[in-house]
Amino acid sequence: MSGATETLYSVIRRQGITRRSFHKFCSLTAASLGLGSLAASTIADALETKPRVPVIWLHGLECTCCSESFIRSAHPLIKDTLLSMISLDYDDTIMAAAGEQAEAILEEARAKYKGKYVLAVEGNPPLKQGGMFCIDGGKPFVEKLRSMAEESMAIIAWGTCASWGCVQAAKPNPTGAAPIDQVIKNKPIIKVPGCPPIAEVMSGLVTFITTFGKLPELDRQGRPKMFYSERIHDKCYRRSHFDAGQFVEEWDDECARKGYCLYKMGCKGPTTYNACSALRWNGGVSFPIQSGHGCLSCSEDGFWDKGSFYDRLTTIKQFGIEKNADQIGMAAAGVVGLTVAAHAAVTAVKRLTNKPDRTARPSKRN
Amino acid sequence: MFVRDMRNEARQPPAAVDAALTERGIGHRGAYVYDAPVRLWHWVNAAAILMLALTGYLIGTGTPAMSGQASGNFLFGYIRLAHFSAGYVLSVGFVLRIYSALIGNRHAAQIFCVPLWRGCFWHEVHQEIRRYGFLAVEPDRSVGHNPLAQLAMFLMFTQTITFMIVTGFALYGQGAGSDSWQDRLFGWVFSIWPNSQDVHTWHHLGLWVILVFVLVHIYAVIREDIMSRRSISSMISGEREFRD
Repeated sequence: MSGATETLYSVIRRQGITRRSFHKFCSLTAASLGLGSLAASTIADALETKPRVPVIWLHGLECTCCSESFIRSAHPLIKDTLLSMISLDYDDTIMAAAGEQAEAILEEARAKYKGKYVLAVEGNPPLKQGGMFCIDGGKPFVEKLRSMAEESMAIIAWGTCASWGCVQAAKPNPTGAAPIDQVIKNKPIIKVPGCPPIAEVMSGLVTFITTFGKLPELDRQGRPKMFYSERIHDKCYRRSHFDAGQFVEEWDDECARKGYCLYKMGCKGPTTYNACSALRWNGGVSFPIQSGHGCLSCSEDGFWDKGSFYDRLTTIKQFGIEKNADQIGMAAAGVVGLTVAAHAAVTAVKRLTNKPDRTARPSKRN
Repeated sequence: MFVRDMRNEARQPPAAVDAALTERGIGHRGAYVYDAPVRLWHWVNAAAILMLALTGYLIGTGTPAMSGQASGNFLFGYIRLAHFSAGYVLSVGFVLRIYSALIGNRHAAQIFCVPLWRGCFWHEVHQEIRRYGFLAVEPDRSVGHNPLAQLAMFLMFTQTITFMIVTGFALYGQGAGSDSWQDRLFGWVFSIWPNSQDVHTWHHLGLWVILVFVLVHIYAVIREDIMSRRSISSMISGEREFRD
């Protein structure tokens, strides 16, 4: 636990990484954060002089896909450095210690870095039945989360679980799983949604916090603006087909082979804020739309509860029926149309039967 | 005060209308109801809604595939452009309409200001429902909207259009970017529905509410023209005749 005074640079040099590789990493990170060319040297300077940010990484109800993504950061160097860049003092999934030893480390880190550590939370706590659906170290996870959040500097809510709730919070949400911001109210929370988030987004965010010692600018929903300010749609390479009105009608039709827009196949790109179409996945190899499948909107609130992944229109369940807006609207218009027709018919009949009444009055047409 | 005037005068009997209107030079049994800005707005608004409904439906469902290169086509782009342009026309018109409600005659404010708190208003709504339910036969003598129509206008038109303008600009702000004025002014919508897909859905449902409104509106206007012998031309000439 002597990492508090160590810098990233000293750690990676000890691991045999060259200074040249280190600077390449700094330039790459500066570029991915959208910073100017001078920022690369700022980052290098910070990583050489600033002590590593202590990070405590908790796991609640989750599938570990965020961790899986994180350790697969594209550039080989990132994988090596990230685990060195931050002083990852506690992460029960990838740390060597286990059992009571692990819990002892957690308490120790909490006391040692009081008010200085970043609490990274992967997954979320279930709240029903006193949180008994997620027991971690003999206690409900929600208690651990609350006590660790108390002394933290800031919280990173990794993934859609921690940000929005994700699959365990999907209807009917039997365990009462709730996103972090519904449990912790008094700490800055950075939401990094995605199922999982893109590796470079995760590493870029950590680099930013380490380098500048502050949190990045967040949008209205608490997501870092640098990665979540545009929709998949805004930077999609198939956007020109959307504007042209060229859509895939069926999987494997001629249009699909030509790589037309997947809008009609239910692509959620136009409603999804994420960096997939800019950064892509697995080291910039591809992303869902490039592979011929629509976006599922995995980084958006409640994406499990919006009906089919292959429909543009959300299924509406509020009226006790599972229909989309068009079906409900057409039904309503049909009912009203029939009512109007029936009313007109009754009016006509009434008018005819009341004829003697009306002819008694002098006609003043015109 | 203002509302009371509006209510009292809107329901005045034709005789009183006649007396008031001889000064305007309208000799026959009629009344000057809708002033020019309201009439102009009505038709511009109707045209904008027609355009918005058609293009909106196409945007929601997509168009049949265009052949050729993407660089040679811009069909969907033009449909969206038409939708956004009509949206601007509707919004600017709506703002001017609110202004005309403030400075115009009493009928101009009817669709914005409904005296829901007044007992006599609900009594008249009840009478009107009886009339539409064929339980009462006396013809409608309202100069402007009758109370039931006023209520329907307020609930189905005014509120829906306000909702459509707000959600429409919020969705537009997504494309325009987070530093656009649309997002700054209307982005709070996404604090209510964090996933903009929900906003799309509600915006889409709004189209159908407007469509249902249009059905009822056109039917009621034609029916009133025949049954109560009140001319529908009041939205063209501004004058409402009582032909009996």
